[in-house]
Amino acid sequence: MLARLWDSDGFWAFRHSPAAILAALVAILILGGALLAPWIARSNPYDLTTFSLIDGLLPPVWETGGNARFLLGTDDQGRDMVSAILYGARLSLLIGLMAMLIASVLGVGLGLAAGYFGGRFDAVVMRIADVQLALPAILTALLIDGIARGLLPPSMLENLRVVVLTLAIALSLWVNFARTARASTFVERNKEYVQAAMIMGQHPLRVMFWHVLPNILGPLLVIMTVDLASAILLEATLSFLGIGLPADSPSLGTLIRIGMQFLLSGEWWILWVPTLFLVALVVSINILGDFLRDVFNPRLR
Amino acid sequence: MTYFILKRLFQSVFVMLAVALLAFSLFRFVGDPVSQMTGVETSVEDRERLREELGLNDAFVTQFVRFTGDLLQGDFGFSYRTRQPVAEMIADRIPATLELGTVALIISLIVGIPAGVYTALRPRGLATQALLLTTLVGVSIPTFVIGIMLIFLFGVQLGWLPTFGRGGTVQIGGWTSSLFTVDGWRSLLLPALTLGVYQLTLTMRLVRAEMMEVMRSDYIRFATARGIPYRRLHFRHALANTMIPVITIIGLQFGGVIAFSIVTESVFQWPGMGLLFLESIRFVDIPVMGVYLVVIAFFFVLVNLIVDLLYVAIDPRLRVKEAA
Repeated sequence: MLARLWDSDGFWAFRHSPAAILAALVAILILGGALLAPWIARSNPYDLTTFSLIDGLLPPVWETGGNARFLLGTDDQGRDMVSAILYGARLSLLIGLMAMLIASVLGVGLGLAAGYFGGRFDAVVMRIADVQLALPAILTALLIDGIARGLLPPSMLENLRVVVLTLAIALSLWVNFARTARASTFVERNKEYVQAAMIMGQHPLRVMFWHVLPNILGPLLVIMTVDLASAILLEATLSFLGIGLPADSPSLGTLIRIGMQFLLSGEWWILWVPTLFLVALVVSINILGDFLRDVFNPRLR
Repeated sequence: MTYFILKRLFQSVFVMLAVALLAFSLFRFVGDPVSQMTGVETSVEDRERLREELGLNDAFVTQFVRFTGDLLQGDFGFSYRTRQPVAEMIADRIPATLELGTVALIISLIVGIPAGVYTALRPRGLATQALLLTTLVGVSIPTFVIGIMLIFLFGVQLGWLPTFGRGGTVQIGGWTSSLFTVDGWRSLLLPALTLGVYQLTLTMRLVRAEMMEVMRSDYIRFATARGIPYRRLHFRHALANTMIPVITIIGLQFGGVIAFSIVTESVFQWPGMGLLFLESIRFVDIPVMGVYLVVIAFFFVLVNLIVDLLYVAIDPRLRVKEAA
């Protein structure tokens, strides 16, 4: 599978697309920084002993008054901005990736089954998808979050913030996967290899996941990339609105929310460092998604 | 034709009932209404009596029918948080959101459609490449960041425009409007731009895709071969045929505008329904959440119904199909 991908037209196109290479580099850099945050960050935003108020509100190193220990300055608590965005990206990417994976497993499973079996099951799944598609993802996520707040006792809710947020995002993104998987499965199931597998009496699950799934991976990969960006954006938006993560476990959205308080007071770096970091991350993922779309659907080029 | 309209109406009623059921389930199963209305000192007997009075011991279906009946009569219940009637709270906020959404939608269409046509007709042009790159960045930048950027530029750096609230409003009947004062327009500009930019990129990309599709079709090639002037070809023959998807976009975008108005209203402290909804989530104010859903669903259904009717008016083929 991997070797085939390596030699494919897609990889050739990748080597010849500077935008895609640049985007991939930025994404990998951010991902690497997020993964290695505990080892490369100079202070831990969760650990009060690693920073002190004395270092508060220092500007980035190139401004007058900047300190070489804090490349991008510090916030009002004396937290190093570089460490803050690395840890923030860690949390944002964790939630985004988990939400995207849950959404893809749920959506692809339902879509495959709907396309394969058709009939009443297909009708029910697709009606639900239609209704949910009419509601924008952010509304669905807000609603699920609100319901969780009502159902869970407050003490439990505090510990489950990340889980609730991830599930709320996942449940608002599965529709894309389901629709794409279903449409592709419809096409595949009438092809001879699927018909042959069915006639041989193979189990429907085996036909779906062993025969059909590998052949519809292309379009799904595009959705995965695009939805990863959406999931990260959703998390950031919810946290920015104060619905997502609390201030003591700052994701990129929370950092921007905190930075907003300094919008008028001249400490621009507290707001713009996490904001630009988030935009760079999402733009690079979207460029990759766009690139993949072009590769898998050459007619659009 | 009549059959088509009746069928659509029936579907709309069904959707509304489904949303009402959702709102009712929220109200009934998320949190306990009785404990919300009573204090710690209320005795168990009093609670039981209240439960009986409110009809919470009746069968689920009976309760749902009563709930729907109340909704239809405009009785939306009381907020857990402010103890005010929810109907009043929502009605107060509707004008702000609708004005914001409408202006944003108009911005997105006025700029988005021509830009989409242009980029479709000159796919290799430099301006096209620049526009497409801008929209890609535009889609990737979250609404709230666009809002922050606009506040920073026009509110803080240049100091031209106010950055929060609705500014001067005029009361017309029960409708508080900010469209009739200069101050109101100044306040409206930044939020509407924030909300419009994201929609704009979507409009442009969809119009472009549709237009390119149409330009490839046989009848356009034939029209080109016949020597029809380009202006006429592009705008009369091609653009007219992209109108169906464009109208669909408007219908779909309405949903996006409403949803993202939650974010925009939060950034600009715009006193609309979105801000109310956010507050109600934060305080688990279930009645307000439920009614917000019902009201939004009602607007959705209404807009989609109008869109469907417009299809029939615009596309002669649909009318023929009905007749056959």
